[in-house]
Amino acid sequence: MARFVLRRCGLVLPSLLGLLIITFLLIHAVPSDPAAAMAGDAATPEQIARIRAQYGLDQPMWRQFLVYIAKVVQLDFGESAFSHRPVALDIFQRLPATLELTFCSLVLSIGLGVPLGVVSALKHNAWPDYLLRIFSVMGIAVAAFWFAIMLQLLFAMNLAWLPLRGDLSSTMTRPPAITHFLVLDAVLAGRWDVFGDALRHLVLPSITLGLGGLATIVRFTRAGVLDTLQQDFVFYERAMGYRRMRLIWVFILRNSVTATVTQIGLLFGGLIAGAVVVESIFDWPGIGSYTVNAILTGDKQVMLAVTLLVGAIYAGVNILVDVVHGMLDPRLMDRA
Amino acid sequence: MIPALGVKGLKVSIRTDDGVARVLDDVGLTLERGRILGVVGESGCGKSTLIRAIMGILPKGASVEGGEIWFEGENLLAFSEKELNTSVRSSRIGFIPQDPLLSLNPVFKVGAQLLEVMRWHAAGTRRDHIARLVMLLKRLQVPDPENALERYLHQFSGGQRQRLLIAAALSCAPGLVIADEPTTALDVTTQHQILGLLRELVGEFGLSLMFVTHDFGVVAELCDDLCVIYAGQTVEQGTVESVLQAPSHPYTRALLACHPDRATSFVGIPGMVPSPLARPAGCLFAARCADVQVGCLAARPPQGIAPSGAEVRCVQFA
Ligand SMILES: Nc1ncnc2c1ncn2[C@@H]1O[C@H](COP(=O)(O)OP(=O)(O)O)[C@@H](O)[C@H]1O
Ligand SMILES: [Mg+2]
Repeated sequence: MARFVLRRCGLVLPSLLGLLIITFLLIHAVPSDPAAAMAGDAATPEQIARIRAQYGLDQPMWRQFLVYIAKVVQLDFGESAFSHRPVALDIFQRLPATLELTFCSLVLSIGLGVPLGVVSALKHNAWPDYLLRIFSVMGIAVAAFWFAIMLQLLFAMNLAWLPLRGDLSSTMTRPPAITHFLVLDAVLAGRWDVFGDALRHLVLPSITLGLGGLATIVRFTRAGVLDTLQQDFVFYERAMGYRRMRLIWVFILRNSVTATVTQIGLLFGGLIAGAVVVESIFDWPGIGSYTVNAILTGDKQVMLAVTLLVGAIYAGVNILVDVVHGMLDPRLMDRA
Repeated sequence: MIPALGVKGLKVSIRTDDGVARVLDDVGLTLERGRILGVVGESGCGKSTLIRAIMGILPKGASVEGGEIWFEGENLLAFSEKELNTSVRSSRIGFIPQDPLLSLNPVFKVGAQLLEVMRWHAAGTRRDHIARLVMLLKRLQVPDPENALERYLHQFSGGQRQRLLIAAALSCAPGLVIADEPTTALDVTTQHQILGLLRELVGEFGLSLMFVTHDFGVVAELCDDLCVIYAGQTVEQGTVESVLQAPSHPYTRALLACHPDRATSFVGIPGMVPSPLARPAGCLFAARCADVQVGCLAARPPQGIAPSGAEVRCVQFA
């Protein structure tokens, strides 16, 4: 198992390097003068030249890249031209908010998607199945920003059940940032008012972000269960007299779940891309809105670091998916 | 004596997108207690559907349209799904499938799966169950029986897997065992060993065995009685001795002529089994029969008794 994981990690490093090279080239292909931007509008040409030399911007590109890589290896991602703070620090403080959001969406899509998919398959071609299929097509087709605005209009503006935006009401004082996960920090500080308020803020963005994944998981679970029900081993297991619920929930699901787990791995990329939109609409203080800001202000260090981060998360999730597959189906481990 | 299993005039049809498939159309058989009945027929004749009907697990869209299934004197068709599941499957009727890889679940340990069945359907404690499984595996010559329970299906060879499934079928001490072509995928030597073991186990445990196959060699080696099925109909039934010595139905004779041990030239029966979607009037075998007469095409021939003593569905013996 450990060897399996190590080998996967070894395979990931070259892909991340490639990702970084391409991003570096793309960002430098855009004609702009970062030194001038950093120095500000009133800077003299000498000041600009000094900044250029200070940051190594007068060096050839391959050299700049090597210098950058050498720093990245020490987890130094440079300084944001916009906030004048180390990018690593910004990410460290903002990533937990995004992780909280993606985690809630994932829990929502799996917790609801797998049972609904099973119901859809067992009620194959009866009304619950039709209803769920219409819903899942809609869930995939609907644009996140439209859905988000509809949710805001209904639940935040009209009914006023839930907050409109942000991660905490402005009337609340933040608990000390220990983990930077707001929900966890609230628990650690014993601030149950903050805890409840933070959860209420999570609801609408999580639903928006989770909708696509929920619909996809319903579809895939349905297809997986239907496929499994057709297989001969279900006849065998019924002939052996297994309990029906046990048959459905454990045997069938465990075999269909392989497909669902793969799907979750693929979904994760979509979730991170979706976070960019959702965080902007809901003013969520995570990596997504940070990225949008960086693109709008041409903040290259931030763009590079975020790209690398997203690549690393994606790769990490896929390794995790392989490990889970291995635990669900021992044949795969034997082969690896 | 009440037979272990008696099927009379069984009709099963399946609604499909292309119409109604009359898969079983008057199947009858009798399995006396303590005997081994071979059920023979080409692929597609309805052998697996017959087993599904007996177990009460028909495919989607299928229904029993007529006939009776008697199991140890009880009408199985009157049992509810729940009754079948709690008091018939495994506990009174054991099942041995054709393909072990499509049967036991690859993601669970073999022992855990067998013990779960026994928890519902066998008497005694878990310790008794483990002891019985180990005894059965030992009897079936699976090496290292205690450890075998801790392993996964893919860690066994083909022959070992089939032995595991036989142990599974016998685990809850049923009186009747039904096997669906369990040795078809095995090489001849392994097949021979497993047939030998089955024969011994039937005697030892006082079982009645219904053994489905398309191989007359297997029937000759293993079975006491024989039931030949063609296109969802029983066409000949009798003791193996009498039928093999003097096969009466033209289909039985054609099948025997195909068998490599007997065939003078290796030829199959020309033509195909008529589709269950469009069965002709008259004898279902008429289109392929070497002795076909004018009367064969008009109406289904009735059952008659052949000189060998077998029950035969052919105008020659009506
Ligand atoms: N679920 C099903 N739907 C439609 N036709 C079926 C189904 N199952 C079996 N059949 C048809 O019934 C006939 C008998 O099948 P089966 O019982 O599997 O035969 P055998 O086991 O003798 O090979 C075949 O013609 C097959 O196509
Ligand atoms: Mg079959």
